[in-house]
Amino acid sequence: MTIVYEALAKIGFMFALIMGMVVVLIWMERKGAAYIQDRTGPNRAAILGVRLAGLVHPVADVFKLLFKEDVTPTNRHRALYNLAPWLVMTVALSTYAVIPFGDFLTVAGRRIPLVVADLDVGMLYILAVASLGTYGVVLAGWAANNKFTFLGGLRATAQMISYEINMGLALLGLMLVFGSLRVTDITAGQGALLWGFIPMWGVVVQPLGFLLFITTVYAETNRNPFDLPEGESEIVAGYHLEYSSMKFALFFMAEYAHMVIGAALISTLYFGGYQVPWLPRPALESHAGLLLTGTLIFTLVMSLLIAFAFLRRASRERGKFQDARDREPGLGAGLWLIIGLAAAAGLTRQPWAVGSAGAEVFASLAQVGVFLFKLVFFAWLFIWVRWTLPRFRYDQLMNLGWKVMLPLGVANLLVTALVMAVV
Amino acid sequence: MSFEGLPIGTAAKKRSFREKLYFPEILRGLGVTIRHLLHNILHTADMPTMQYPEEKRVYSDRFRGRHRLMKREDGSPRCVACQMCSTACPADCIDIVAAEHPDPSIEKYPATFDIDLLRCVYCGLCEEACPCDAIRMDTGIYEIAADKRSSFLVDKEFLLNNTTDGTL
Repeated sequence: MTIVYEALAKIGFMFALIMGMVVVLIWMERKGAAYIQDRTGPNRAAILGVRLAGLVHPVADVFKLLFKEDVTPTNRHRALYNLAPWLVMTVALSTYAVIPFGDFLTVAGRRIPLVVADLDVGMLYILAVASLGTYGVVLAGWAANNKFTFLGGLRATAQMISYEINMGLALLGLMLVFGSLRVTDITAGQGALLWGFIPMWGVVVQPLGFLLFITTVYAETNRNPFDLPEGESEIVAGYHLEYSSMKFALFFMAEYAHMVIGAALISTLYFGGYQVPWLPRPALESHAGLLLTGTLIFTLVMSLLIAFAFLRRASRERGKFQDARDREPGLGAGLWLIIGLAAAAGLTRQPWAVGSAGAEVFASLAQVGVFLFKLVFFAWLFIWVRWTLPRFRYDQLMNLGWKVMLPLGVANLLVTALVMAVV
Repeated sequence: MSFEGLPIGTAAKKRSFREKLYFPEILRGLGVTIRHLLHNILHTADMPTMQYPEEKRVYSDRFRGRHRLMKREDGSPRCVACQMCSTACPADCIDIVAAEHPDPSIEKYPATFDIDLLRCVYCGLCEEACPCDAIRMDTGIYEIAADKRSSFLVDKEFLLNNTTDGTL
């Protein structure tokens, strides 16, 4: 039974992580886009005057979409129309099963690997499930019985066929280098050092493969510059044009869930996943006391600085709005002071002399933290690229996929195979 | 078919090797956007965005806002119901019903004076046409919002006592 509870706990953690990341990413997208375009972005929605710099807006969105009327086209294919958003979301969530978010955690003497399903064909699973996501898009486009959605679905199909091959080729190179289809093996292999000083991350041993892979991931998630299935300036909203209310919300969330997968895949396969560079698991455990003390001191200093910044804002903007929003800087300062106090309290309990059990837990948490850091960075990269590059034209997309990336992918595979055979 | 003399699209432009590689140019673009982002995070006050309900843009005195009707010294409308404004109105949004004025020196007065603010195009021709400066658009009100259409149909009483808070 314990193994079932473990699996459920891990699934719950992953689900909470994805949903939390979706909210954070929607916020990052809006605020990041605004700041890149010299705007302020969302800053109105508030709970008791606390606006969290616009982080409350996704919550307001959820309530809006929940209470919105679900308008459906009359001549839809009823079953497929209802199936499509469910399919998109389910597929988006299920890829996470094989992605390790940490090495292992020891609880009550049991060594729990921090991955939901450690499949020995994990890479094939990723490729298979990732391409299933297109079915949702195509079905949505077809079942809604609308020209624009249909065009969106068609574009999604063509794009998927063109880029799936390149993704497979890029991943084949990686599989050759690490000699395994198991995702945990690949992540573990990236903890090694190349020539004794460079972390053997996928991006170091497969630089061209990484460029090909990141491009195909952007294409698979239908994000700019590959968002042709949506193409709002050409085909209105593309495949999800005829969806409203929570059905639309599922598509919207699935897009961000796909981004989280994309970021997780990039960081797991090419940037070492949970591996801390130059600090493999034994080193993390033996230096746990030092690292824990350093983390606490860093937290203390940073939280005090942030609290000070909030206090300065509170004094400068006293009575600026004449409503509940005026309390916000004070509350922010209070929150960060509490975090700082917690760090200080941790420092008084002699963290440098942490026991071996504590060191293990710290090492596990540090690896999960590093994985989350990489995840957030690559998720931000999706947003950053979206607000930098314009959309590809359809023929450019096909040229890039078939005439540029396919030959490069084959060449990369051949060179990798030759090098692996020689070395 | 020849396209000589017509501007040719960007596809015809010769691209350098660096541009054909694509990735260096993408990185350059990412550099541009991140510079904007960091600058705006560090200098929030420099952003040109106006926090609208709290801050409002100052318009020139010539700005044509919502209409108002002028009054004589005794408080009655200055309008003589000559229909010049409603004739000049290109949007046909002014509706005047004239009635005989008790004072023999004044010929007529408006029994009703309705303006449909949803039809008005704020061109100012009614002001121009008015021979006795009875209608003006100098209130400076541009926040014209209501939750039903009938609220935008404003009458003589409203126009004579035009409020400045923007509510209808």
